[in-house]
Formats: sequence, C-alpha cells, structure tokens
Amino acid sequence: MTSFWSFWISAITIAVILGCLILVLRTRKSEVFKETTTETMDHAFDGIEELDNPLPRWWFNMFMITIVFGVVYLFLYPGLGTYKGYLNWTSYNQWEEEMAHADEHYKPVFAQFTNLGVEEIAGNDDARLMGQRMFNNNCAVCHGQGGAGAYGFPNLSDSDWLYGGAGETIKASITNGRTGAMPPWGPIIGEDGVRNVTSYVLSLSGQEVDAKATAQGKTTYQAMCVACHGVDGKGNQMLGAPNLTDNTWLYGSSFEKVAHSIRQGRNGVMPAHGALLSEDKIHLISGYVYSLSN
Amino acid sequence: MIKHETIEKNISLMILLIVIVISGGGLAEIVPLFFQKETTVPVEGLRVLTPLELEGRDIYIREGCNVCHTQQIRPFRAETERYGHYSVAGEFVYDHPFLWGSKRTGPDLARVGGRYSDDWHRAHLYNPRDVVPESIMPSYPWLFSDKLDGEVTPKKMEALRMVGVPFTDEAIANAEAEVQGKTEITALVAYLQQLGTVMSNRR
Repeated sequence: MTSFWSFWISAITIAVILGCLILVLRTRKSEVFKETTTETMDHAFDGIEELDNPLPRWWFNMFMITIVFGVVYLFLYPGLGTYKGYLNWTSYNQWEEEMAHADEHYKPVFAQFTNLGVEEIAGNDDARLMGQRMFNNNCAVCHGQGGAGAYGFPNLSDSDWLYGGAGETIKASITNGRTGAMPPWGPIIGEDGVRNVTSYVLSLSGQEVDAKATAQGKTTYQAMCVACHGVDGKGNQMLGAPNLTDNTWLYGSSFEKVAHSIRQGRNGVMPAHGALLSEDKIHLISGYVYSLSN
Repeated sequence: MIKHETIEKNISLMILLIVIVISGGGLAEIVPLFFQKETTVPVEGLRVLTPLELEGRDIYIREGCNVCHTQQIRPFRAETERYGHYSVAGEFVYDHPFLWGSKRTGPDLARVGGRYSDDWHRAHLYNPRDVVPESIMPSYPWLFSDKLDGEVTPKKMEALRMVGVPFTDEAIANAEAEVQGKTEITALVAYLQQLGTVMSNRR
C-alpha cells in the first residue's frame, strides 16, 4: 500500500470517528431549554408535540463506548493504512499458527502408522477408523459411504478390482488417479457389430442371448477386444480392463447398457489425489479401502 | 452551529450531509481496493476463461448456484483442511461479478476443479441423489438437453474486456463457433473443473 492510500484510509477513519464524537457531544444538551422539562417547543403536528430533552444518559454512554471500542481496536489491530497494529495480527498469521498447532498434535498420531503396510493398517482398529473418517470426507461422494459405489463409480467393498486390490495398488490408484480407456467402437464395427459383440459379452457371464449374434460377435471380439479384455474375457488389471465373465457391472448389465458402453466407449476418471491429500492420509485411506474387501 | 431545525427543514442540506456521513465507510474501505496490488494483479498462472467456461459461468449464475455455494475459502484450518488453500484476492481479478456468495447450504466450490471426474459432475447435476443419497441439492436435468447457440458469447467477452479481462481478439472471434451446439452441462462442467486450480496445497 502506498503512503498516499495509507494516509487516505487513516485520515478518513479518524475523521469519521472524531466526527461522530463531536456530533454526539454537541447534540448532547437541549438546544432550547438546557435542562429536562415537560415544556414543548411550540411545534405540533396532528396533535403530536415535540419535546427538547437531552440525550438519555444510557444512550449517550453506549455511543461513547462504541467510540472507545473503535479507538482501542484501531490501536490493537491493523486498520489505519499500513499501521500493523500493536498485536501484529493478520488472518494469515493466525492461520499459520493454527496449522502449526495442529501439526504438533496430529503429526505424531499419523507418524505411528507410517511404518505399517497398507494391509497392516486394515488390521489396526485405530488406523482403520481414521482411514474411514477420511474416506467418508473425501471419497464417499463418488464411492458412497462404506465404499458401496454407485452407477459408474466402482464398488470398493467387493473383491472385484479394475486395477487390482493389493494394498500398494490401491494406494497408487488414489495417489495418481486412473483413467478408463474404453474407446467408442460404434464407428468402427458398426451398429450390427455392436449388437453382436454385446450378445457375445453377455454370454460370457451366462446371460441368455441370441446364439447366431453371439457367434458373429465372438469373431469381432477376438479381432478387436482381446488386447485389453483378454481371450477369455477375464480382463486385465494392468490396463484397468474389466472382467466380463463375472456379474459385476460398473455401467449396468442390460443389453442396452452394455451396447451403449461398446458403442460410445467409457472413460471413467478417478482424479489423482496425490496433489490434494498428504501421503499420511492417503496411506490410511488405502488401508481402510483394503479392509472393505478383506 | 447548524441547528436541528435548519437541517430538518432544508431537505437538500440534509441529503448532502447524509451522503457525506455514509460515504465515510466506502471511501476508506472500498475505494483504496481499486488501487492495491493485492486486488488488481492476478496471481501467478491465472488465465482467462475459455468461451465454453464463460458460458458455464453464466449458467452457474442463471441457476443461482452462488445462492447455496460460496466460492471463498477463509483462512481457518477447518476450511483449508476441507477445501484446500485459502482464497486470495488475486484469484478473482478476472471475475465480474464476484461469485463469492454468502451462505453455504452446500459446500464451498472455490477449489472444486479437478476434485471429481466430469462423469461425477454430470451424474450429480442430473440427479444429486444418484451419487449422494442424503443430498438436498435440486436436479438440473434440462442442462443436458438445452444447447448453447453462442450468439452473444463474443459480446459478453467484449463487455468483460472493457472492465479489464484480457480476452484476445482471436479468442473472441472463435468464441461463437467454440460453444455453438454444445450442451449447457458441458459448459457448466468445464467451468466447475477449472475453479480454483490456479493454486493448490496438500491437506
């Protein structure tokens, strides 16, 4: 802040306070009678007459108290331009103190678990409960309370994993995020191709489908889909390609839903949390997630 | 000394005195902010919105998101732990008008960008209960069918440029084509996904 603006702010602030003080002092006494009286000022309107009594003492005192409060406040806190205030207070300093205080208290709490593996955290009641609370605050919005998931957001409480359910793999998924890479096949294999492959995919998990379409779909599947989903349709956790032979469906198991996934592709995103949450916290959350299915 | 009677019976004088009295606060508290580095210089890395994000911002305003969601993280640990780095004035230099809000019926959105996937935002805006069962947020299904025509997008950008948002001529020239035919949800999600991403810290 330049000295001009510092002076500007200080001058106006002080002038306003002084102005209030002068105004309240000058108008304290009666103008006409100089003391309390029941006589009126010959000024009547609709039968209402005007008295001219001094300000009530309690009202005057309250006004003076606010002025004194203002002066004390401006002495202690930054209010007058670049003057920092006797207490040297800033909202940022206050925040830093708060954070330092919290670090001092909570760092040791987290530190006792840093040497445990993710799997061990799942078995440690204290650590797992801490992880649960942080999961509910940060993850439950997509994955649901208890990790039950929702349409399009993986269930974390079953043992079916897109990218793998080992402790360190879960931790990597949270830290670095994941991006699904199912391309849209509609333009490549055409609508008939989509419906045939859908039939074949549904047959893998034992659904009743048209046998002829399934046979045709199998040929297309083996040309286009095996690279990620595998010859047997069991998927590939290195690529996050789901297992098509079980009955766990992220985007629904009906013919139309599966056809839609094949036609339009799917690119579910797990945002990376490495830049948002500290390692200590991710460590405990990983342990909790691991515990959900183990 | 002016008597009460003089002021009470002279309305012009009374107006003048009232204006003088109430301008004290504005002159000391508001006017200097137009000339401070903290409030007029953008924080490092701050960029202007793309035309699509700008349209998203207008949808955010139209639907009244700012009535229930704030966009300002105060420097308290309770807030920075939940939402991320506290907001600073330099982040809002290109914001006209500010959408800080004043009431949190829903959570603060100042740093919601990148926090959730695009798919999540779409699912959530279509029907919040689908992903957050206890949510009381309204559904916004029309955002998925209503399309933008982009007709006035360049005009909006020119108006914002007049108040100091540095849109390039090129950006304005391409704006209409860029947003034309896009759904409103695409624009709104694009706007949400950039919110607060200029600053970050680990919680």
